[in-house]
Amino acid sequence: MRRLFSVLALGVSLIAQTSIADEFNKADTDRWQQEFQNVVKNGRDLWTSGALGTNGVACAQCHPNAANTHPETYPKFQKQLGKVAQMWEMVNWCIRNPLQGANLAADDPKMTAILSYVAYERRDVKLAPGTH
Amino acid sequence: MTKLITRRSVLAAAGATTALTTLPISMVKLAFGGTRDDFTFTYISDSHIQHIKGSSFVRNWDQGLKRAIAEANLVVPESDFVMFGGDLAQLGKREELDHGAEMLSHLKGKLHTVMGEHDYYLDLGEYWSKLYGPHYYSFDHKGVHFVVLNSIIVSDDWTFHRWPTAEQRMLEMAGLDNPNGSPFMVGLKQREWLRADLEKIGKDTPLLVFSHSPLQKIYKGWNFWTDDAEEVQALLQPFQNVTVIYGHVHQIQYNQIGNISFHSVMATAWPWPYPQSYARAESHIPVLTVPMNRADPFFERDATGWQLIDVNSGRVTARYQLWDNDPRTVAYNAKLGHPTDVSYQEPTQRRVPQFHY
Repeated sequence: MRRLFSVLALGVSLIAQTSIADEFNKADTDRWQQEFQNVVKNGRDLWTSGALGTNGVACAQCHPNAANTHPETYPKFQKQLGKVAQMWEMVNWCIRNPLQGANLAADDPKMTAILSYVAYERRDVKLAPGTH
Repeated sequence: MTKLITRRSVLAAAGATTALTTLPISMVKLAFGGTRDDFTFTYISDSHIQHIKGSSFVRNWDQGLKRAIAEANLVVPESDFVMFGGDLAQLGKREELDHGAEMLSHLKGKLHTVMGEHDYYLDLGEYWSKLYGPHYYSFDHKGVHFVVLNSIIVSDDWTFHRWPTAEQRMLEMAGLDNPNGSPFMVGLKQREWLRADLEKIGKDTPLLVFSHSPLQKIYKGWNFWTDDAEEVQALLQPFQNVTVIYGHVHQIQYNQIGNISFHSVMATAWPWPYPQSYARAESHIPVLTVPMNRADPFFERDATGWQLIDVNSGRVTARYQLWDNDPRTVAYNAKLGHPTDVSYQEPTQRRVPQFHY
């Protein structure tokens, strides 16, 4: 009997575990949102600090509140690159040129932070891929 | 002005100074008569010379100012004088102001300067004053009364009691979109000075007022704004013919409020987005304004430039010298009673890059 009960208990816990993947509550979404906001804040700090380049110039000098970056339009054809480009390629263009710095990898946490900040400032704007 | 300027004397003077050169036809603007003559001055603004360390400065911003100065010096006939519209430096440092002043010293003609917030908030304009004199002043030229205001004052609390160091104060003010900033104003002391200054001036004398920030309210979040704009405008409205020219915004703007025409000037350093490009902002960009082209970052000097300002019987024509773009001309339209772009004012004439979003 005891053995049967243990098996049943194991079965119940297995069932409970299989359903965990789809179960999240407000505490979870709040935490995830907070994780995202932390990265946005890192992005804003990088955007305004000049730390990405070598000459002290900051992204925010030309793009206050990340305006005129148009993340909703990427990927899009960049005539200057002669191809359809992603936003991180344009971020690197700015890091190399006005900021006189070195490229970041596409998945560098700093690049993620920058792209998160830019997207967050542009929230609620409709996606418009390819638009110029 | 006591001497009557005649058409013949102006032509003779123009001929004498341009005997060996070609006079661009747009320079030939003759007075319609009376004691006022027409003239042109040069307007360069917002160079943001930025010190890196030692003797190195951000090359990009240096190039903008150098190019504007080189081109302005080639103008024939020479401009009557040069205005510099503020933000010579990026962080108000002596190195930046000295380096900028050295470049400006190559300009032909007399230089007048306007205070910008990037020149001011490190030492509250002390070193700038050693180079350029008082923070606000007036002068007269060929029948026009010119006023230069320091419009980037903020509250005493913010200036004197908010920040642990002067460097911190400068850095906080240097971030255009910094929520820790504070709205610009001319302030009571200067408004009283302006009231007294204008008492001596006839109401039919053309007024030209220079400020760094717009003396109108466009977008508070980026200080495209002067908090006491209405009070300053009220002092100017009794005059029949008033123009305000301002820097700070790094873009073409123009407007008309009552008797006052407004023109902004370009930066030599970098362009700024129009506030409507920030989807979360509520801005009041003047409906008259046909925007400059959206900047192409692959052309380093795109959407920057300098200006020739023609003054014809006290009315202003702003001729924007735009690098990597066609020039723009925004002129007072007497029939409509406000400034218009001579090429693009009609919506059907606008170009795709002039659409901002």
